[in-house]
Amino acid sequence: MTHVYASRGVPRTLETIGAWVLGVLWLLPLLYAAWTAFHPAEFSTRFVLTAPLTLENFEKAWAAAPFARYFLNTMALVTTILAAQLVLVTLAAYAFARFEFPGRDILFALVLVQLMVMPDVLIVENYATMTALGLKDTILAIGLPYMASAFGIFLLRQTFKTVPRELDEAARIEGCGPLAVLWKVYVPLARPVYVAYALVSVSYHWNNFLWPLIITNSVESRPLTVGLQVFSSGDQGIDWSIITAATLLTAAPLLLAFLLFQRQFVQSFMRAGIR
Amino acid sequence: MTRTSQWLYGWLLLLPAAVLLALFTHYPVVATFWHSFLSTPKGSRPAVWVGLDNYRQLAEDPIFWQAFVNNFWFALGTIPASIALALLMAVWVNGNLAGRGFLRLAYFTPTVLPMIAVANIWLFFYTPEYGLLEQVLAAFGAGSHNWLGSKSTALACLMVVTVWKEAGFFMIFYLAALQAMSPHLAEAAAIEGASRWHFFRRITFPLLMPTTLFVLVNAVINAFRLVDHVVVMTRGGPDNATALLLYYIYAIGFRFWDSAYAAALTMVLLALLAAAALAQFWFLERKVHYQ
Repeated sequence: MTHVYASRGVPRTLETIGAWVLGVLWLLPLLYAAWTAFHPAEFSTRFVLTAPLTLENFEKAWAAAPFARYFLNTMALVTTILAAQLVLVTLAAYAFARFEFPGRDILFALVLVQLMVMPDVLIVENYATMTALGLKDTILAIGLPYMASAFGIFLLRQTFKTVPRELDEAARIEGCGPLAVLWKVYVPLARPVYVAYALVSVSYHWNNFLWPLIITNSVESRPLTVGLQVFSSGDQGIDWSIITAATLLTAAPLLLAFLLFQRQFVQSFMRAGIR
Repeated sequence: MTRTSQWLYGWLLLLPAAVLLALFTHYPVVATFWHSFLSTPKGSRPAVWVGLDNYRQLAEDPIFWQAFVNNFWFALGTIPASIALALLMAVWVNGNLAGRGFLRLAYFTPTVLPMIAVANIWLFFYTPEYGLLEQVLAAFGAGSHNWLGSKSTALACLMVVTVWKEAGFFMIFYLAALQAMSPHLAEAAAIEGASRWHFFRRITFPLLMPTTLFVLVNAVINAFRLVDHVVVMTRGGPDNATALLLYYIYAIGFRFWDSAYAAALTMVLLALLAAAALAQFWFLERKVHYQ
C-alpha cells in the first residue's frame, strides 16, 4: 500500500540517508564491541580488515569466572519468576475480571500502585524483609518481590474482560466449576497475551541488575548481570577484549532469540505496552 | 453461583497475589515512611524516634541536592530527546524507505540488551585514548578528553546511553499507533491540499497524543528508576556529578548502611513517583474521551 504522504524524489533520498545514518550509529557501539571481542587484543582498537578472527577472548572470559553457574542461576531465576507470575497473575486477573466481591475496586487500585512504585525503588525495606525471612542471598529472594506483577494482572484482566460471557456460561452448563472454566475457556483464549507477557517478563528479569546486586552475595545465587559486573570490575585489569567478550556472552541468548523471533518480540512489546 | 460463593471465590483467587503484593510493595512503602522518623539501629542500640531529623539532614545535605538536581537534568536531557527520536524512527520505519527491516532491527536492538551490558560497551566506547569516540575525534584532530572522568561531560555521557537504550523501545508504541491510523485521513488531507509537514503537525501528531503521554509517563518513571549504568560507568562520580536519586539511596543504604536516612531519601523518590502516578490517572481519564 502506498501512502499519499509517502516521501518520494529528493526528500526520499535524504530521508533514507538519514534513517540509515541513524541506524548505523545505533548499531555502532554493538559492532565495536563485537569487533573487539572477536579479535586478538592487539587489534581491539585497531581496525584492520585483515585482523585474524578468534574465539580466544570468549574462552578466557568463560574460564576466568563461573559464567556457566551464572547462566544456570539466571535461567532458574527467570523460569521461577515466570512460572509464579503466570499462576498468580492468572488467578488474580480472573478474580478482578469475572467475580463480584466487596472491596474489589479498592483492591484493584492497591494492585495498580505497583505500576508506579516498582520493587526496584523499595530496595532498602525489601532487603530488611529478606533478611528477616532468612532468604538473603537466594534466587527466591531475587524473584519474590516481582512475582505478583501488577502489570500482568492489569494486562490479563483486560484480556479476560473481552471473553464473551456466553462461552463462560456454556462451560458452566456443561458442569465446569470456576477453575475449570478458567483453564478451559479463559486461558486458551488469552494465549497471545501470555506469550507477549512471558517475553517481556523474561527480558526484564534477564536484564535486571540493581536488586540482584544488593540481595545476592555468592556465586551460587548471582545472576549473569551481577556476575558480569563482579567480573568486569574485579581485578581483571582492563582487558577490554575479554570484558567485551563476557558482555556479549551475557547478552547473547536474548539477542539471538530477538534476531530469530524479531516480529514476535516487537509485537509482544507492543501488545504489552498498549493497555 | 450464589453471592457468598462469588465473594469467596474472588477473595481466594486473589489471596496469593495479594499476600505477595502486601509484603513487598505496600508494607515496604509504609515501613519506609515509619523508618524515616527513626534513627538507624547500630549494634545493640535500637532505633529511636528522631522526628524530622532525617529530613533535616536531607535538607542540609549538599550531595542529596546535587543528586536531585542531577536527576532533574537527567530527566530533562533524556525524556524529550528519546521521545523525539522514537517518533522520528517510527515515522521512518513506517514509511517506504529502503531497508525498513534492517532499520527496525537496528533501532530496537538496544532494548533487548541488559543495561549492564550496554553500560560496559559504552564504557569502552568512552575510554580515554583507546575508545572509539576518542579515535574518531582524534581523526578529526580534536584533543583528548576524559569523557566519563570530567564533571562537565560525565552526566551528558550517561544521558546519551539512556537515550540510545530507550528510543527504540518507545518507537514501537508510536509504530503501533501509526499503523492503527486510517489511511483515509491522509487521503482526505491530500485532497484538501495539505502539505506533508502540515498533515503531520495538525493531524498525525495530535492523534498520537495518547501514545505520547503513555511514553512520557514511562520515560519519567525510567528516569528515576534506572541507575544500572551509573553503578557500572561512574559510581556517581566524578565528585557526585552523576549521582542520581536512586543511586544515592543505594549508596547510603548499602555502602554506608544508614537505613534511616535511606528511608527519608526513598520518601522523596516515592513522592516524585506518586506525582507521576497522579499525572497518569489524569491522562487515562482523558484517553477515554479519545476512543
